[in-house]
Amino acid sequence: MTQTITIGNAPVEIMNRFDLSQRLVRLLKNDEAVVAGIGNTNFDLWAAGRRPQNFYMLGSMGLAFPIALGVAIAQPKRHVIGLEGDGSLLMQLGALATIAAHKAQNLTMIVWDNQSYQITGAQPTATARVTDIVDVARGCGIKQSLWARSPDDFEAQVKKAITGGEKTLIAAKTDKEPPRGQTHRDPVLIRENFMQGLGVRSAKTFAPD
Amino acid sequence: MRRARLHYRHFEGTTAVQTGAAGSTSRMIQERRHMAETAPSSWFDIAIAALKRNEVKLITFVPDRVLTPLIKGLEGDPYFEVIGTTREEEAVGIVSGAWMGGVRGAVLMQTSGFATLPNVIASLLVPYQIPAILIVSERGTLGEFNIGQALVCRTMRPVLDSLATEHHTVTRIDEFDFILDRSIQQAVKTQSPATLILSPLLTGGKVL
Repeated sequence: MTQTITIGNAPVEIMNRFDLSQRLVRLLKNDEAVVAGIGNTNFDLWAAGRRPQNFYMLGSMGLAFPIALGVAIAQPKRHVIGLEGDGSLLMQLGALATIAAHKAQNLTMIVWDNQSYQITGAQPTATARVTDIVDVARGCGIKQSLWARSPDDFEAQVKKAITGGEKTLIAAKTDKEPPRGQTHRDPVLIRENFMQGLGVRSAKTFAPD
Repeated sequence: MRRARLHYRHFEGTTAVQTGAAGSTSRMIQERRHMAETAPSSWFDIAIAALKRNEVKLITFVPDRVLTPLIKGLEGDPYFEVIGTTREEEAVGIVSGAWMGGVRGAVLMQTSGFATLPNVIASLLVPYQIPAILIVSERGTLGEFNIGQALVCRTMRPVLDSLATEHHTVTRIDEFDFILDRSIQQAVKTQSPATLILSPLLTGGKVL
C-alpha cells in the first residue's frame, strides 16, 4: 500500500531510496557524473550499480552539491548530478544560494527527504514538521525546484533535468528502509576511479605495455 | 603601475651605463621595460601571477577586508573564474570537485574562516589526496583589536600540524612568489593540500 503525504494540495508518494537510485542509474546514458553525500545516500547509490563516474563521500557532510558544482564547472559538457539527504542539505543550505547564483546549468540536485537523520538513530529533521526543501531551494533562486510525486514522475523529472539545459532540484519523500549495501571505503581508490571515469586520469597507467 | 615605472627608470639607467652598442641598448631597454611593466609590484599582483603561472584557474572565497585587492584583481582577470561562497567548507567542496574534473583551484579566506575547515580537511582533502590551495589572510595577531580573532588564530597552526599538512606563513614580499609557486607545485605533485598564511607583515593586516 503506497503511502502519500500532501504537499501543496497534491499527494506525494513516499518512495524508496534504493528503488529511486536504481531508476536514476538506469537513466544515465551519457557518462553523467554522480556525487553522492555521506551515509545511506551513497550506500544505496553503490548498491544500485557501480559506475566509474560515481563519487562517494566518506565525510564532509553537506558537500555533495558543492563538489558536484565544482565538477560541473570543470567539465561544462558533462551533466553532473548531486545526491544529498535532507539532514546533509540542512547542514549546508548556503550552498543552494551559491549554486543558484552561478551560471552553470549542467547540474541536477536530487534530495532524498526521509525527514530524519536515519543513520544516527532516526532523529527527526526539520523537514519532518516545518521545512519544505523545495520552497527553500526556490527561495534561494533555483527556479526549477520540484517534488517528485511518484516513481514514474521522478523518472520523468530526471530525464527533463538531464536534457533540459536548466539546473534543477528534485526532492523525493523517501521511507525509512535501511540501505541495500555499503560503499567501499578506500578514498584514494574512490577518487582515482572517479577521475578515470571523468577522463582526467588514464585507466591504463598500470596496464602492461 | 607607479612602482613598475620606477623600476623601469632604474633598469633603464643601469642598462645605459653597462652597454655600449646603441642597437643592443635599445633592445635591452625594451626587454627590461617589458619585464618591469609585467613585473608584479604588490603582494596581490605576485599572488595573481603565481596562480596563473601554475594554472590555478578556479578561485573560491569568503570575503575578507585584507584580501579585497586580491579578489578584485582576480575578478578583473578573465583567466580566472572567481566564486563567492557562503561558507569556507563549501568553497573547499567546489574546488575539490573541480580538481577531480581537471581544473586546479584555490580558496581564499581569513583566519576565522579557516577555523570552520578541520572537518573537511580531515575527511575530504587529506584522505582523498586533493591538492587544494588554501590562502588565509591572518587575523588575530600583530595588532589585533578583537579578542575573538586572536583566540581563533591560535587554533590554526595546531590544526594544520595535527593533520601533518604543508603550511607556510608568508611575511616578506621578496619571498612570496617563491613560496606560493613552489607550494602549488608541491601540492599538485604530492597530491596534498597546502596552506599559505599571509601575515600582516606581508599584507599590512587589518587595523582599526
